[in-house]
Amino acid sequence: MFILTDFLHMILLVAMPPLLLGVINKTKARLVGRVGPPVLQPYYDLARLMGKGMVMSTTTSWIFTVGPVVTLGAVLMAGMLVPLGRFDAPLEFTGDVVLFAYLFGVARFFTAAAALDTGSSLEGMGASRDVTLACFSEPAIFLAFLALVKLSGSLSLTRMLLGPGAASAGHLPIAALMLVAAGLFIVLLAENGRIPVDDPGGHLELAMIHEATVLDHSGPLLAVILYAAAMKLMVISALVLHVVLPVATGWLLLDWLIFVAGMLAVAAGVGVVESVMARLQMRHLPTMLLGACLLCGFGFLLILR
Amino acid sequence: MWISSPMALVTATAFWAASGVPALFLPRRSSAGQLAGTGLALIGSYIGLVAAAIRLFSTNPVEDLRWAGPIRNVACVLRLDALTAFFMLPVFLIGALISVYALEYWPRQRHPRSSRKSQFCFGLMIAAMATVLLAGDAITFLIAWETLTLAVFLLVGDEQNAAPTRRAAWVFLASSHFGALCLFGFFALLRSTTGSFDLWPASLEGISPNTATAFFALGAIGFGLKAGLMPLHFWLPGAHSSAPSHISAVMSGIMLNLGIYGLLRLGMLLAHPPAWWGATLLGIGGISAVFGIVLAAAEGDFKRLLAYSSVENIGIIAVGVGLALIGKSLDRPAWIVLGLAGALLHVWNHSLFKPLLFMGAGNIAHAARTRQIDTLGGLGKTMPRTAALVGIGALAICGLPPLNGFVSEWLIYLGLLHTLTESDPGKWTWTTWAAGAAPALALVGAISLVTFVKFFGTVFCGQPRGRAAKCVDPPAAILGPMNILAAASILIGLFPLALVGILGRMITWWSPANTDAGELLGRLAPLGWLTAMGLILVAVVAGVLISLIRYQREPVLENITWDCGFARPTSRMQYIGSSFSQMLEELFAWFLRPRIELPRLYTLFVGPTTFRTQVSEPVLDRGVMPALRSAENAIGRARFIQRGSIQAYLLYILGVLLFLLLWK
Repeated sequence: MFILTDFLHMILLVAMPPLLLGVINKTKARLVGRVGPPVLQPYYDLARLMGKGMVMSTTTSWIFTVGPVVTLGAVLMAGMLVPLGRFDAPLEFTGDVVLFAYLFGVARFFTAAAALDTGSSLEGMGASRDVTLACFSEPAIFLAFLALVKLSGSLSLTRMLLGPGAASAGHLPIAALMLVAAGLFIVLLAENGRIPVDDPGGHLELAMIHEATVLDHSGPLLAVILYAAAMKLMVISALVLHVVLPVATGWLLLDWLIFVAGMLAVAAGVGVVESVMARLQMRHLPTMLLGACLLCGFGFLLILR
Repeated sequence: MWISSPMALVTATAFWAASGVPALFLPRRSSAGQLAGTGLALIGSYIGLVAAAIRLFSTNPVEDLRWAGPIRNVACVLRLDALTAFFMLPVFLIGALISVYALEYWPRQRHPRSSRKSQFCFGLMIAAMATVLLAGDAITFLIAWETLTLAVFLLVGDEQNAAPTRRAAWVFLASSHFGALCLFGFFALLRSTTGSFDLWPASLEGISPNTATAFFALGAIGFGLKAGLMPLHFWLPGAHSSAPSHISAVMSGIMLNLGIYGLLRLGMLLAHPPAWWGATLLGIGGISAVFGIVLAAAEGDFKRLLAYSSVENIGIIAVGVGLALIGKSLDRPAWIVLGLAGALLHVWNHSLFKPLLFMGAGNIAHAARTRQIDTLGGLGKTMPRTAALVGIGALAICGLPPLNGFVSEWLIYLGLLHTLTESDPGKWTWTTWAAGAAPALALVGAISLVTFVKFFGTVFCGQPRGRAAKCVDPPAAILGPMNILAAASILIGLFPLALVGILGRMITWWSPANTDAGELLGRLAPLGWLTAMGLILVAVVAGVLISLIRYQREPVLENITWDCGFARPTSRMQYIGSSFSQMLEELFAWFLRPRIELPRLYTLFVGPTTFRTQVSEPVLDRGVMPALRSAENAIGRARFIQRGSIQAYLLYILGVLLFLLLWK
């Protein structure tokens, strides 16, 4: 039984991330009346990149190569800690929630160091913005964790996300959870470089954040970066989805299908936000992320009450 | 057994105190004195390490050594207990590594003028720190404490006779004496309460709340100043950055620990300290951590950056100690165990990675002849070993898994979050207070990432700037000690389970009510999982990397960096440290208040111009110095009584004596 669920988890974690990107792009295209690329386009892109050669800058050192790989490893580890569906994550222990947050720190450190390794001012700019904005999303995530810890009485991510629904389906503090979910959704947009924080389709280097940090990577290394980014989107989406949908039907397979559908819905939601909003000015981003902290903080206070 | 007795540590201390002596009798440029001194220091460290390690594992945790002193009723007491042994280990380990490092870093031939004094004071400094930890009576403690201050004062003003260095040394001396004044008061109060100078009485039950408050206030200021807790950190950045790097490493890595040691002893005075003690310490720790790291991020001098990051790390330790104190007053074993285990482990961890980073900083400063991050770049190519070692230190100090900084921060996080899982509505104020520190620590973690990506990324990565092309890695005597520290950081990060026994015994020693602390720690904090996760992470990264390299069929071409269509990007275009942290500085401008000189761009064809920002130390330059200056003005009015003639002073004495006679 456990082996089966772990297997399902790993399949989902490894195979699904690019699909979310495809859904986002399809949603955006349909909303403005275009046909848009096929939903599976990100898979084709990754496959094509894997077959290409690489151009390495003469300025770079081993950090440039290792950076994306460590990022992928860290995000993969984080993905093994968050439950995908209504069953336990493959790895679960008391305190894994702190590790979960810090694994993204590992990813960020190496992405930023690899960006600075190229000696490009544009990549430095992107790295600087990336690590600075994280100074606001990290506290927001921890405020959300406080609320979930208080609600579930546990310090493991699986119990925190699955516990509330199983224990007290009738007495869920819906308002508090919605505040936390709203805060986490903003974090999701910021951490994954979606509009209104960053434009993944942008082509002006000066205005980019996440894309700017990887300007010089090409070929298989770029594929690793894009894949890791998609996986990060998926992992944080799963976090948001569990807060939005804390209840379960009790049938494992049905719950699992509901979860997969929910993930696609979150992706579609991101696509809708991207279609109806413009990018915010760079100087307004900290204010927005502070708003995410406040939403999570108020959610925590509502639960404490 | 002699080796595990306090006598062994006295011997080790004596070796250290004597380590600078042979050189005093040898010619200035002879390296024999330095070698002999290092030999004595290594012997001392070896004895000290063995003695302290045995004491950590022994079942008999305390042993006294008592000498009747020259003063009646006052004996010199040296006491070796578990807490002493725990703090003693880093003193002797770092001391030994630094004295080896100094053989190449501060050789006699290059510094003939100062090197003999420097070695003598360095030996005295280590010996004084060991004696502070060993002291079992207030007089020995204060003598050692003041000796330490004087030795460090002489070492800080060592490098050049420059005005900022002298100012830093004087600020250090003055503020240390202010701290010592508080400790004089503290020990006097202790003497009047217990009736003896013997230190660290088991418990002071039955004292009035006001006395307890006085104890806490005097102890927290005296020890907090030594630890560098905000706002008493103002002496720290100047002193750390002015001293030679190997001295900075000792100051930051082990001298600050003495403050934490004192705070822990303060927490042991009462079996049930008031809850506000812990809450205050937790709050001060949080403030130190957040604002310390903000100042570090804004700093352009990498040694000052490292100094401010010490304020941050001491703050994190204080958060753990504060949580343990709250737990002690409310009888929550889980809070005590997790808070104290995290704090103690962070003490050790900080003693490992901070000297590592300061040694790396010394290598850079020595090779590139500057301490300004903005003038550096691309050193990783010419100094690959230093780059790798500093990289490990940077990852560890950011608290990133799988290195040791993460383990201790994880324990503190667990303790803070654990406060939420216990449902006791009566005490929820302290719960919220403690839990609120978790997002603050997350903020600290994120800003320290900015700080150390700035340090590591802009100094070692990118195109060579400044003297980068001429820099080379230092010789083995310098890299060897650094390798040991880096290896220890990795080992503690990967196998923290090995330390559970020691931490458990320490917790039981600190809070005797928790008899099974080690077992409880193992239950609350599954450290074995961190080993598993760390090894899996390393395996996954290695696996992906190897398969990528083996998979690569298409050619790998080399070209210049894409710079928005520029054909020849130069090193002057790349992002420097100040630009990297600029966004963060703007967000915290309300606290940092940077002085900005904007370039004047008025004509059509603008010539060369400058842009400059500078952040001054907020407490020293905006608080302490103006206050002292106005105090000087006020007190200066009383200067007329200083006549400078001996008759006048004799008259004053006569007057005072008459007054005292009449008054009694």
